[in-house]
Amino acid sequence: MSGEVIKSLIVPAHPHPVLCPEKNEGWQRVRDAYDEARRQIEESDADLIIVYSTLWPSVIGHQIQADPNPKWVMVDADFHDLGSIHYSLRIDSEFAHAWNEANIARGLESRTVAYDGFPVDVGSVVALELLNPNNRIPAVICSTNVYSNRAETTVLAKACQDVIKAQGKKVVAVSVMSLSNRMFTEAIEPHEDRIHSLKDDEWNQKILEFLSEGRLEDIGQLSRTIHDQIRVKKVVTFKPMWWLSAMNDNRNDLTGKVLAYEAIHGAGAAVVVLDPESNGTGDKEYDEDDVDFYGGDRHVLDSSSEDEPQSSINSGPKLHEPVEGKNTVNTSKAPKPVGAYPHARREGDLLYLSGVGPRQPGDNSIPGGPIKDSAGNPLNYDIKAQTKAVVDNISRILEEAGSSLDKVIDVTSFLVDMDRDFSGYNEVWAQTLGKVGPTRTTLAIRALPTPIAVEMKVIAKV
Amino acid sequence: MAKGSIVAGCLAPHPPHLVYAENPEQNEPVSEGGWEQLRWGYERLRESLKDVDYDVIVVLSPHWQTYVGTHFIGVEKCVSKSVDPVFPNLFRFNYDLTIDVELARAIHDQAKSEGMSVKMMENPDFRVDYGTIVSCQMVRPEWDKPIVSISSNRSLSYYSVEVMQEMMMELGRSTAKAIEASGKKCLLLASNSLSHRHFVTETKPPEDMSKEHIASHAMHLWDMRIIEMMRQGKSQQIIDEMPEFCDQAIAEADGGALTWLLSALDVPKQPATLHGYGTIIGTGNAIMEWPCHSWGDES
Repeated sequence: MSGEVIKSLIVPAHPHPVLCPEKNEGWQRVRDAYDEARRQIEESDADLIIVYSTLWPSVIGHQIQADPNPKWVMVDADFHDLGSIHYSLRIDSEFAHAWNEANIARGLESRTVAYDGFPVDVGSVVALELLNPNNRIPAVICSTNVYSNRAETTVLAKACQDVIKAQGKKVVAVSVMSLSNRMFTEAIEPHEDRIHSLKDDEWNQKILEFLSEGRLEDIGQLSRTIHDQIRVKKVVTFKPMWWLSAMNDNRNDLTGKVLAYEAIHGAGAAVVVLDPESNGTGDKEYDEDDVDFYGGDRHVLDSSSEDEPQSSINSGPKLHEPVEGKNTVNTSKAPKPVGAYPHARREGDLLYLSGVGPRQPGDNSIPGGPIKDSAGNPLNYDIKAQTKAVVDNISRILEEAGSSLDKVIDVTSFLVDMDRDFSGYNEVWAQTLGKVGPTRTTLAIRALPTPIAVEMKVIAKV
Repeated sequence: MAKGSIVAGCLAPHPPHLVYAENPEQNEPVSEGGWEQLRWGYERLRESLKDVDYDVIVVLSPHWQTYVGTHFIGVEKCVSKSVDPVFPNLFRFNYDLTIDVELARAIHDQAKSEGMSVKMMENPDFRVDYGTIVSCQMVRPEWDKPIVSISSNRSLSYYSVEVMQEMMMELGRSTAKAIEASGKKCLLLASNSLSHRHFVTETKPPEDMSKEHIASHAMHLWDMRIIEMMRQGKSQQIIDEMPEFCDQAIAEADGGALTWLLSALDVPKQPATLHGYGTIIGTGNAIMEWPCHSWGDES
């Protein structure tokens, strides 16, 4: 069972294509493009639609709709004269709850909502009404946090991917958003509609050129610039490309097709389909970290910092300051011990390191993800990322002692799931310590004190 | 017909936590209380208004956000449930309210004649925003007065704080003119907080007051500065400093309600009464009253 994102969509949020497409040729073309996207979904083996809506702002972290059947009547705050949309949606509650748990496991503030009468936002209602009429397949809807930055939004997508893989879902990922979002501030006749300004139109065209080449991560990298140039600073900023790109592993070589680009009351309304097949473009440059865990501004209620942030990021034993003593070697660049022992001890010209895991110094996060949540439920994780983090921690301790990775002479490795992880662990080993050539013993064990999958015991020369 | 008048103007913040803490029968969630400093402030405001005769409550809420002009509810009976999309765990309120459509349209028409972009909202399925409901519930829980509900035109987002203020000053003047022509006595509510930086986590339970405080010292200083200006009748100075206030305190006055209120009150030099101040998930909230009914003709 392998889950994956099989298609990604960028769709507009305004109600016009649902309520009155016939009033403007452009609105009708957006409606036709929506219909084409719907046909593509129907012809695929998708079994879940995940909507990230910029029209649903949240303050307390991210919120995920978990009501199995939210229903009400939606009326747009501005375009109420166009009519009402009666909605009755089919939500995959199990996925929603699992995503919420995965968010929390990756350090995010997150919660589900399931309340009678909850006002599902206009963007989600429009997108699901047109892409998934009659609720043929279930959906999940996620809010956009008002304060979230790129790191948080990226981790949100990675947590979502954890669940997609764990549940083996075939997913259509949908970002509901305008391109340029400046509308006319006065009523206009439908035939008068056009993109608000030439500048907005030119930026939109450039965005669509990138997307038609499958360069989604490039658009993600440009998001702040795009927001500054053509976005009115409404409640949420231009975050959906961060989410959508991370949902596609930050790829830049997708196969993109623009199905429509029109104006809706001045804003840029596009329907874009991105398929995972590589189109060979591929070039990309990261100017920001590709984060796996969020360790940001999430503990503002507590004046005491004693229990943050590791308590919420990972459950596990209490952390200790490294034991100081004769010949001990300790460093703040390595994770704190889970018991009373030093990071390393020097005897003659040899260094004996305590067992080293992948936890990160400072925030105690686990690259590649923890292997279970605080309730003990197993989580998907990346053994390669964990192994690489172990080697990095070893390197930092050795450097503190005046040694280095190329002086390692013997390693004992512990894996909690040999069948699952040996291959990935071995691959990272070959790229790192394998090039140094220490002797190695790899053991399968039942558990480690923290929710990690790999630990190494090292002997090195000074 | 006698001239209509504004009997009082109030700053009436709308965090749903206040209604949640009051446990009115219309709200589904149940709390153990909390935010008493503010709720007792609203109690003092209600006491202050107890003997004041008025016909209508006119409220401008930042949570009916419109980008295509300023809108007015034009449906006489509004009965539904308002669920806060941000705090649905706290606010799921079954409302049954009456709109003074005649006065709403009169303000709409007056503003339109002054060149503003305005629109009547006449869709019977429309749900009233929680900001409007919270402010009205806290000021007049009897719901025995009709209201006029005005949207928050986000012109600050589109243009600048200066443009927002220019538009809200005009809307305030239009509101006052329409009220005067209507012959009605009106209570005006600007439904907004002061500083508006939220915490992004929530305590369990949400009413755990041991964790409630202002988001930062800078926000506190701004809140006190604005309150002190209100207490001293320095309305013009508030308007003058609004750009810095909105920018530095992420003030919810960016929605225009406070500027609208001060303009409708003709930028009063009379001091406002502070009935209460408190924080809600880090935001600063003041309950203020400009008791116009007591000012006489010398104003």
